[in-house]
Amino acid sequence: MSESIRQSIGRSLWHDAWVVLRRNRAAITALVILALFTIAVIVGPLFSAYSIDATDWDNISIAPSISSGHWFGTDALGRDLLVRTLQGGRISLLVGIVATLVSLVIGITYGAVSGYFGGRVDQVMMRIVDILYALPFMFLVILLMVFFGRNILLIFVAIGAINWLDMARIVRGQTLSLKNREFIEAARAGGVTTARIIGRHIVPNLLGVVAVYVTLTIPQVILVESFLSFLGLGVQEPMTSWGALVNEGAQEMENAPWMLIFPAVFLTITLFCFNFLGDGLRDALDPRDRGASL
Amino acid sequence: MKACPATILSVDRLNVTFATPDGPVHAVQDLDFNVATGETLGIVGESGSGKSQTVLALLGLLAANGVAAGRALFDGKDLLALPEAHLRTIRGAQIAMIFQDPMTSLNPYLTIGRQMSTVLRQHQGMDRRAAWRECEALLDAVQITAARRRLGMYPHELSGGMRQRVMIATALLCKPALLIADEPTTALDVTVQAQILDLMHELRSEFSTSVILITHDLGVVAGSCDRVLVMHEGMQEEAGSTADVFYRSRNDYTRSLLDAVPRLDGEHADPTRKAPTNDGEPVLSAKGVSVEFSVSGGRLFVAPQVLRAVDDINIEVRPGETVGIVGESGCGKSTLARAMLRLVDSCGGSTCLLNRDLSALDGEELRTARRDMQMIFQDPLASLNPRMTIGRIVMEPLETFYPQLDPADRTRRVADMLTRVGLDASCVNRYPHEFSGGQCQRIGIARALISQPRLLICDEVVSALDVTVQAQIIRLLIDLQQQLDLAIVFIAHDLAVVRRISHRVIVMYLGKAVEIAATDKLFFQPRHPYTRALIAAAPVPDPEVERRRQHVAVRGEVSGQLESPAGCGFQSRCPNAVAECEQRPPAMALHGETWVACHQP
Repeated sequence: MSESIRQSIGRSLWHDAWVVLRRNRAAITALVILALFTIAVIVGPLFSAYSIDATDWDNISIAPSISSGHWFGTDALGRDLLVRTLQGGRISLLVGIVATLVSLVIGITYGAVSGYFGGRVDQVMMRIVDILYALPFMFLVILLMVFFGRNILLIFVAIGAINWLDMARIVRGQTLSLKNREFIEAARAGGVTTARIIGRHIVPNLLGVVAVYVTLTIPQVILVESFLSFLGLGVQEPMTSWGALVNEGAQEMENAPWMLIFPAVFLTITLFCFNFLGDGLRDALDPRDRGASL
Repeated sequence: MKACPATILSVDRLNVTFATPDGPVHAVQDLDFNVATGETLGIVGESGSGKSQTVLALLGLLAANGVAAGRALFDGKDLLALPEAHLRTIRGAQIAMIFQDPMTSLNPYLTIGRQMSTVLRQHQGMDRRAAWRECEALLDAVQITAARRRLGMYPHELSGGMRQRVMIATALLCKPALLIADEPTTALDVTVQAQILDLMHELRSEFSTSVILITHDLGVVAGSCDRVLVMHEGMQEEAGSTADVFYRSRNDYTRSLLDAVPRLDGEHADPTRKAPTNDGEPVLSAKGVSVEFSVSGGRLFVAPQVLRAVDDINIEVRPGETVGIVGESGCGKSTLARAMLRLVDSCGGSTCLLNRDLSALDGEELRTARRDMQMIFQDPLASLNPRMTIGRIVMEPLETFYPQLDPADRTRRVADMLTRVGLDASCVNRYPHEFSGGQCQRIGIARALISQPRLLICDEVVSALDVTVQAQIIRLLIDLQQQLDLAIVFIAHDLAVVRRISHRVIVMYLGKAVEIAATDKLFFQPRHPYTRALIAAAPVPDPEVERRRQHVAVRGEVSGQLESPAGCGFQSRCPNAVAECEQRPPAMALHGETWVACHQP
């Protein structure tokens, strides 16, 4: 028996969550689709006969067809839409995931520390957040561009730098209500160190809210990126992203609807998948929702 | 049973079933009972026995996934078969309900008058003026002073007892034939509970309503019910007159319930328990502990008011000794416990743990000192991190205080400790919500004891538990204390529980200790009028004793500490207050073997 006990004490929240997540069909389907998309956008362009900036002079703005070799059709400049969609996916997914991770790490740490310590520490930390909020986002982006030149990395930095503010506020609010719960007091009475209380008792109990918020953030980030691209501050031609493609497609949707449809379908499916995955994660991370059979 | 007068409610084979993802749950099964005109029926049972679901089903207030079957004849109509629109005209008008928590059942955004008069205007089509007059009359009937003024107040401006009176007045507005009270006094202090029960008794004869009183407290039943229905796991265990159930029950479950209730009268519950020898060095010795909170602070230009939650308390606890602290809500007993553990900062006095002054320690030193003092909390489930397994929860103190232990050793200790508190060691990989309240409290005890502390502070540890579980947990604490020579500070509002476990008792009122005595001395010869009031107000599960007793020794409720007067804090409620009480606060003085703070002990 002691063997089984040792094993089970070693079991982590994440391990248990994975067991539950595996049973959630919607979440797993979403995960598989996202994985396929990721592989496709990384590997796909390598195997394509076309490049993202090469114009096919014989097939300008043609509808999708198998015979012409342009499965998704071409745009007004005769560029293959399939390879552009895949290439755009690289940027969009990268922006979405990296910027969200940045905001996740900074936001949770900042918010949990601010909320847990409370009092004057909280006041100062939250006023800093308020000040950063007050900076106009566009101004920040333009400033970065001026100083460091146009660079895709800067978009990550800019978006991440803004997004963690929301996360920090949400996490702080949750922490404020959590820290008065009895199990936190029990941990304090038990001599658990502050860092450990935050890491082991507060943060795991925030994950439900955070998981939902992340699934809202990723789509938001992808859309912000497309907005920046539209203003000419984001990715630049011939590079592209889903947001930029949708934007182009929307302008041509009367005479070349496929230019809107394909990138939009990819974008929508991705956003849906993140939502399902987020829902599944939230449930999986909450032991109370698990079946008694576990 | 009385020579059956008219039956007002007759329930026949009531079944309540909830559809859940794990299949149907039968909350109530084949329940039959009658309520006669003018009688009080008590429905008793532990949590989850289906007592609340029974009445919710009668009123058509079940949760959406619940289905009620059977028959419930009220006034010739089957309540279970009536359409919702028809039922609504009966609810509130002919059958009224009082809920457990008077704060959450009143709308905080509406004045008392608005809420009460809505009922009259809805059911009787009264105009505003007439409705308000009627409401005022009823507030008078439930003995609320200055009724007219109260009608314009919001719920938060009233005290807990006052709110429950308002709830009762609201329930009586339409002169209902049947009043259903679901744990009406559970959320109230014991002296207030006595007043409310008294009031309900008077009103019952005045308004000649029948009452269904749902409660877990056998003492309350003994004092105020004509007949009793005992429920267990959705089924009727026993039904009969109060005297039959209390004195002549042959039902095993009823007997076990009655045996589990700790009692204030009679012999000491456990004569084998000896007081510890008095020569040991005290584990804890606190002198002059005071805690102040500033309220309404933090706003500009408003001087913060200071609330003295704990005022100059001295405590000494020796190895193997249990010191009980009793008092009503807000008397500062929990704050005192937290101040002794330095979970809140005290503003005066000193606390010595094993001859080390805790108030001088800081940061890391204080953290390591916590190994010797541990605490168990009121809400068993809330005090366990829902995202950690039992194994991790119990192991955490070991990781904190004994980092040198290797994992196998830790695991073994966790398993030992779980067995010791009566749990199966194989439950380590399960989560807190999978356990019952009593089991969660055992986990809490295991967590507290695994670091081998010398002092254990128990803050209302059994008040959220059913009586049978309560008895088990207290037994467990007593056993563990004897095995480990623990010093225990036991905080509770329930006198009978404190009596069962404590060697010495401190009675607190408004942050001050008013009486300190050995347990038997305190209960047989209480000296302070507040102690006497507490003892008089506590219900005893014995119908004969209950009927003979005078319950309400004090009127009113605990005043806010901020407006506490210059002299003795208890003077406004004290039956034998004299002029001196208004001028200066009484000091603690020894009378016989009892320390009392009173000018007229």
